[in-house]
Amino acid sequence: MQTYDLEANGLRGLNATLQSQSTETNQTSWEVVNPKGSHAIAVGLDAPIEVTVKGSTGYYCAGMNQQATIKVEGSVGPGVAENMMSGQVIVDGDASQYAGATGKGGLLVIKGNASSRCGISMKGIDIVVHGDIGHMSAFMAQAGNLVVCGDAGDALGDSLYEARLFVRGSVKSLGADCVEKEMRPEHLEILKDLLDRAGADSSPEEFKRYGSARQLYNFDVDNAATY
Amino acid sequence: MKDMDDQIPRTLPIQSATFTNPINAEIRRAAATGIYDIRGGGAKRKVPHFDDLLFLGASVSRYPLEGYRERCDTSVTLGTRFAKKPIELDIPITIAGMSFGALSGPAKEALGRGASAAGTSTTTGDGGMTPEERGHSSKLVYQYLPSRYGMNPNDLRKADAIEIVVGQGAKPGGGGMLLGQKISDRVAEMRTLPKGIDQRSACRHPDWTGPDDLEIKILELREITDWQVPIYVKVGATRPYYDTALAVKAGADVVVMDGMQGGTAATQDVFIEHVGLPTLSCIRPAVQALQDLGVHREVQLVISGGIRTGADVAKALALGADAVAIGTAALVALGDNDPKWEAEYQKLGTTTGAYDDWHEGQDPAGITTQDPDLAARLNPVEAGRRLRNYLKVMTLEAQTIARACGHNHLHNLEPEDLCALTMEAAAMARVPLAGTSWYPGKEGF
Repeated sequence: MQTYDLEANGLRGLNATLQSQSTETNQTSWEVVNPKGSHAIAVGLDAPIEVTVKGSTGYYCAGMNQQATIKVEGSVGPGVAENMMSGQVIVDGDASQYAGATGKGGLLVIKGNASSRCGISMKGIDIVVHGDIGHMSAFMAQAGNLVVCGDAGDALGDSLYEARLFVRGSVKSLGADCVEKEMRPEHLEILKDLLDRAGADSSPEEFKRYGSARQLYNFDVDNAATY
Repeated sequence: MKDMDDQIPRTLPIQSATFTNPINAEIRRAAATGIYDIRGGGAKRKVPHFDDLLFLGASVSRYPLEGYRERCDTSVTLGTRFAKKPIELDIPITIAGMSFGALSGPAKEALGRGASAAGTSTTTGDGGMTPEERGHSSKLVYQYLPSRYGMNPNDLRKADAIEIVVGQGAKPGGGGMLLGQKISDRVAEMRTLPKGIDQRSACRHPDWTGPDDLEIKILELREITDWQVPIYVKVGATRPYYDTALAVKAGADVVVMDGMQGGTAATQDVFIEHVGLPTLSCIRPAVQALQDLGVHREVQLVISGGIRTGADVAKALALGADAVAIGTAALVALGDNDPKWEAEYQKLGTTTGAYDDWHEGQDPAGITTQDPDLAARLNPVEAGRRLRNYLKVMTLEAQTIARACGHNHLHNLEPEDLCALTMEAAAMARVPLAGTSWYPGKEGF
């Protein structure tokens, strides 16, 4: 276990050190102490290493992650794991706005609640939130899976493309072009796998699936009031 | 009786200056279709522009440089504020962001070839970086857009600079638009979208709002790229003083200011013609902001929107810009709106010089299309050579003017070299009306 004191040694040194780890590195386990809400912690990593952040972070923790497993023993600010490509990001606490925004791959697990716009413009990432999510989540979400074990706020899945949304609790309202869809066996299978990997003990059968009605994919003047 | 009527003077038919034929045609089109007009390009309306300025040239008080004997340098370095590797360009004319998707593969290749041969940079667009354009561009600026289509850290690290796009002159406050006709298999895959849909990009970034967030976003991008490459912030010209100041405050290395004549691949005509500022009007406020913050020339200013000639380049630089970017002009150099395609333009209901349905993907010149047969019409090597020639000519023209004004570098051009032909241009450019020492708003008069 390598320990990096962020307060003492600075952000540039942390990211440069973690980014320089190769795929074959022996130093696979890292601990970041004294994060104290700093921004851009452990961004741009590209090696199969494990990084544990001992406390809460600011904006864009684990941004554009590839391969690495990053665990935050606290809460995270806006844009955690934004544009993640692969790997895993696990947040013990809550997440602020835009969690997993535009993510292309990998798994983001939030054990607390996520704020508004969780999964905005997601493009293939899988996100599992143990608690609730805020309004406008999965706005313009293109691909991937968003699993919510709690409740969803207003305008879920507004202007949704092909992402799949699974919500166990209530949905305050659905956004434009987002509809409840049939839960078929293949969806239950996807959901079970994600719940298992995220350490969530909910049963897939308790969820409802939401997706795009695909009515806004091509402009139609009769839908103008929907936009 | 009829003979008498013929002797009465008649009132001639008078066309309304308000309800003109084009306006009436648009009303009829809207009534028939129920959708606003979408087109490519920039503002077509006449606005005060560089044509309304003149250079004064040398005189008794200033002496010129010999045209073919004395050097007039043209190089510019962008990103000297924070980047470890600023971009060094041979000429202060860059190629603006245009996407693969909006443009064909051969057109993107031609832009890369032409820009590289002229010693300048080209820029990606909404849709990500293709291996072809990276391969053919010696200096490539990677746009970081609200849609984040194709965005990934590997391409980010291949870029020579990153341009965070807040807005563009054709549609400040609007997002990108690529209609279904141009969403081919490859474009769809790069954007993670279903084929054939009307794709509307977001108008604002998904994970930051406002200048305080932007500062943190810039920090993140610098951390991911090891502070190696410059970070530009591009805005559509609306509030140039404050937008420039806020971009500087957020940590930008370069500010790109795009006026309303700047083109787009597709957006609503009402947006193009009625939102934003003319390019001429946004330069002095942007420069003023840089000067007030003590960073003029440390944070470079790139101006775009309607740059066509070396005279336009020289005038933008004289007003304080460090470089310019061209988009529409570069496409024309490649072959867009060429008279040789007139018969085909006629079939599309338009004519040479007016063709702007770039969103429909039927471009006879093979530039704004994803149709493989049409795209094959553009030879990227020859088109790249034309672009290189055009960039060289613009540079020679700008040098000609600079030498005539007595300057041994294009960056030594200054507002004092200029006068204005109209009150509007004098007010916007803050240079005297021709033959006077006054401009509207100048103190002391």
